[in-house]
Amino acid sequence: MDDQRIREMAAAMRRKILDISLACNTSVHLGGGLSMVDILATLYGRVLHFDPNNPTWEDRDRFILSKGHGVLGFFSALVVSGIISEAEFGTFMTNGSHLIAHPVMNLSLGIESSNGSLGQGLSMGIGLALAALKKEKSHKIYVMLGNGECNEGSVWEAAISAAHYKLKNLTAIIDHNGLQSDGRSEIVMDFGDFADKWKSFGWDVHLIDGHDLSAIHAALVHPNRGDRPKAIIAQTIKGKGVSFMENANEWHHNRLTKANHEKALLEMEGQ
Amino acid sequence: MLQITPSTATQWSRFGSRAMFGQAILSLAESQENLMVLSADLGNSSGLDRFKNTYPDRFLNVGIAEQNMIGIAAGLAKEGYVVFATSFAPFIAMRASEQIRMNLGYMGLNVKAVAIGSGVSMAFLGNSHYGIEDAAVMRAIPNITVVCPADCGEIVKTVFAAAMFDGPMYIRLTGAPNNPVVYTQEYEFEIGKAIRLREGSDVTIIANGTMVYESLEAAKLLENQSISAAVINMHTIKPLDTAAIYQACTASRLIVTVEEHSVIGGLGSAVAEYKTTLKNAPPQLILGLPDKFGKTGDYRFMLEQSGLTAPQLSAKIASALI
Repeated sequence: MDDQRIREMAAAMRRKILDISLACNTSVHLGGGLSMVDILATLYGRVLHFDPNNPTWEDRDRFILSKGHGVLGFFSALVVSGIISEAEFGTFMTNGSHLIAHPVMNLSLGIESSNGSLGQGLSMGIGLALAALKKEKSHKIYVMLGNGECNEGSVWEAAISAAHYKLKNLTAIIDHNGLQSDGRSEIVMDFGDFADKWKSFGWDVHLIDGHDLSAIHAALVHPNRGDRPKAIIAQTIKGKGVSFMENANEWHHNRLTKANHEKALLEMEGQ
Repeated sequence: MLQITPSTATQWSRFGSRAMFGQAILSLAESQENLMVLSADLGNSSGLDRFKNTYPDRFLNVGIAEQNMIGIAAGLAKEGYVVFATSFAPFIAMRASEQIRMNLGYMGLNVKAVAIGSGVSMAFLGNSHYGIEDAAVMRAIPNITVVCPADCGEIVKTVFAAAMFDGPMYIRLTGAPNNPVVYTQEYEFEIGKAIRLREGSDVTIIANGTMVYESLEAAKLLENQSISAAVINMHTIKPLDTAAIYQACTASRLIVTVEEHSVIGGLGSAVAEYKTTLKNAPPQLILGLPDKFGKTGDYRFMLEQSGLTAPQLSAKIASALI
């Protein structure tokens, strides 16, 4: 029942991503936006506490898009959740818009932080989580990273400290699509056992299929083991949902033509 | 409450700028409930040992990880805390420079980044620890207010003003133990407002940090040569008090800037940038640390090597007037 609702939400997000990518008529980060749609549909549709009519509600859960180039997945989730209006979304990538290729902090639009420089969101998430614990607030903090982003050393500074401070209210979700700007991650910079690294840094690690809605939900709501921060490593497919974009890194950042838009929509309707 | 008097000024001077920063923070905590002070494992070296023992809940040692420290500081600030994040000048201003750009600059979050022991006060620790270019880097980032207090009394003023000021700041502490005294009594301090400390008709010396004291001494030496020098304490490099500079330009034959910072990008550059907008502005002599990584030694040796002692300053100014 819930899975069906989230499946429909994710499908609506993918359509919005394709429509806005065509409408804005410029290159956008399609691959990494599509890979996290199922995770964000679950997060916004079933897990996060927020009030679309009061986005600055003090007790809301906080979400930070540390992989800032994933705005298509993020903004489409905010639109289907009723936080960003269709009209506002229509301004995406137009001159002077609040909505561009990376998040620009705007609490009334549900955007908690400015990102685009990789490797910074987890540190801010730690600050937010520490503040919540100090104030004895029960809201939670979620930070979405990319696996390529984890090349940044600052991610590991943050990883050490989140475990040290026992931030059981903090969840890092790694959208592990295995590709980054210049190609396959194991070719660019091989991590070896990625999950093991997070475990050894003291995190409660969940390794899941990032397109299995039940698994995503189960990992998100699973109580943290001990006082550890939670890392959900979601194996995803870059460009998920559009066959010719899947695992095809030319769609990391590309312009969607009218022909490709039609082809993608037809494929989705067939599903 | 810390009050500047002739006796406290002498006592604080002996503490030096780092220990005085710690005293000021300790005093601030009495009234500032939502204060958080962060250190990248330099709490004791930053004069914060008493603070962290007195207020362990308001102190966070994030380990030797300045980039993470700035992000954590920003997250805390976003939730309403007044946050002072501290480290040595190059480690906070340059190692974590892009984190400061994103979190303090771009997002405008209310974090005070404090450079302990900027300039050449780190002496034998060497160029790796000096703050030579930090003001230049911080000044170039939009939204960031940059303050460099003149003496220990002004460090107290700056810390309290920073806590009241809703916005990101970079606070640059210069000077060592036995920091020279500029102020021996209470005075009005306002971020962004320069203070005229001495009147003079030939030259106006605009200085900040430890160089305010040296400039006042240089002005006395110049007086012996019948050169009348005004001295301005430009404690805030950004936003710059352009009205004070304008007034100086209309009343002086020469403008001199003096700073314990590279001659590139700091106070001298800021003043020069403004002066280019004026018609008939007098020439400017930019005095500061040379653009090089030189031999290192104790603090006095470093100032002498850099030509920043009062006799050296007065000689340079006198010859520029000929």
